[in-house]
Amino acid sequence: MLKRYTGWTLALPATLLVALFLVLPVAATIGTTFVDTKGVLAPYTSFFASGFRRTVLWRTLEISLVTTAIALVLGFLTAYVVARAPGRLKSILIIAAVFPLLTGVVVRSFAWLIILGKNGILNNVLVGIGVTDEPFSMLYTQGSVIVAMVYLFTPLMILTLVGVLENIPEDVIQASASLGASPSATFRQVIFPLAVPGLIVGAVLVFTGSFTSYATPQLLGGERQMMMGTFLYQRAMVNFDWVGASTIAAIMVVITVAVVLAMTRIARRLNPMTT
Amino acid sequence: MTTRLSPALIAIAALVYVFLVGPLIIVIGASLSDTTYLTFPPQGLSLRWFENIFEITAFRRTIVTSLQLAFLSTGLALLIGIPAAYALNRYRIQLPSWLSTVFVLPILVPEIVLGFSLLKSVAVGASVPIFVSLLIGHTLLVLPYCVRVISASLASFDFSIEEAAISLGSPPARTFFTIVLPNVRAGVIAAFILAFITSINDVSTSLFLTGPGISTLPIQILAHVEQFFDPTIASVSVLLMFLTVAVMAIVERTLGLTFLAK
Repeated sequence: MLKRYTGWTLALPATLLVALFLVLPVAATIGTTFVDTKGVLAPYTSFFASGFRRTVLWRTLEISLVTTAIALVLGFLTAYVVARAPGRLKSILIIAAVFPLLTGVVVRSFAWLIILGKNGILNNVLVGIGVTDEPFSMLYTQGSVIVAMVYLFTPLMILTLVGVLENIPEDVIQASASLGASPSATFRQVIFPLAVPGLIVGAVLVFTGSFTSYATPQLLGGERQMMMGTFLYQRAMVNFDWVGASTIAAIMVVITVAVVLAMTRIARRLNPMTT
Repeated sequence: MTTRLSPALIAIAALVYVFLVGPLIIVIGASLSDTTYLTFPPQGLSLRWFENIFEITAFRRTIVTSLQLAFLSTGLALLIGIPAAYALNRYRIQLPSWLSTVFVLPILVPEIVLGFSLLKSVAVGASVPIFVSLLIGHTLLVLPYCVRVISASLASFDFSIEEAAISLGSPPARTFFTIVLPNVRAGVIAAFILAFITSINDVSTSLFLTGPGISTLPIQILAHVEQFFDPTIASVSVLLMFLTVAVMAIVERTLGLTFLAK
């Protein structure tokens, strides 16, 4: 009798924590968005009726997609080199990718404030070599947010893909080469397809990470480049519009979960071995 | 490997690494500057901005709070996460298959949504004190690392060894501590480190849960950057980097860092 429930008993405290402090509160947040004083689903109709709010949503999707695309390309090319680097160099390269990843988001976004600021390094260099007389305003633009986000997420992409690329058996690559495929054909027809499940995992991590970020858009985008995360904070803590903030939260949860589910399904279809 | 890497590819990878490491070097440089404004390369070297961190009460206080939170939340998450990971592996047949998904939820739900929801339900709704709300938020945040990393090490543990010990008369609890736990030590250390680093750097969840008198270091940094633009933040950033280096050194010693790419 006792034995039958041992598993449950051991898993119970952690399960309760998640149920009581994550599932319930988040469900309550989403629950308040279905009906308000103006009627059923009114929070959503007013969200999508406002041009400004739609712009914030589109901007967030756009920045996240561009970030994901750039991080995918940079991460894949770099991971390919790292995976094939000789032992000692490989460890150094992996450490150099892990270190930024373990350094906080605030610190890494702040670094870009120093670089892109009006009196920042990049402007000093540009004025110094005579490209321009007046420093550019690079902060608080979509570009500055994207650069910092790519910076944030490329290490994650590298680490995800190094593991995947290392797992491609050497024999397969050699077989392709010995059958007469050029290195670029091997890359396109053998390595790339085998890496697709890893690329999908990396893309999901980067997309959801950018889509829900706060510190980077706050520091480098400001009011002008408001994203869903910064917008949620503003509605909740500046305007005290909790229903509006909850609606933003609900939209974020739906999009994040949808992306994760869709991509996992695609990954599974492409490679039944991934779980 | 027989396939040669093209020089162009190597050049791209090298540039990506310059892009990854460069900004951090710039922060280190800026933290050493003698000037009252942020600049790089530093004009005159000085450690005055490091001293300044400890002269600002808000920083001193938030460093203490962040460390307390990181240790407590990681400890709590391990305390409930290890039994959960053990149960998921040892009693797999007894438990429903969706249970393991429960421990992925804190990763799946956007952190900022978690923070806001905890503010509404726990901090305001149930009037839970600020520090306790923060502790709940951080424990949730780091729980997935504890459950998943330790689960991964348990997956390669042969439970027949444990059964052998029990059948030879060792009490189950003692068997766990003398046989099972030492075998997944590496997993526990990895989980501790990932959890600790996650907690100490968290912004999005803490954002809503900090309140009058109690804040965390990253939130304090954000507030400070928006008001002043002096090298103090660069020094605090370097301090956090030192912490990361220290932690990475521990990982390297105990596990080897390449495990993180697995």
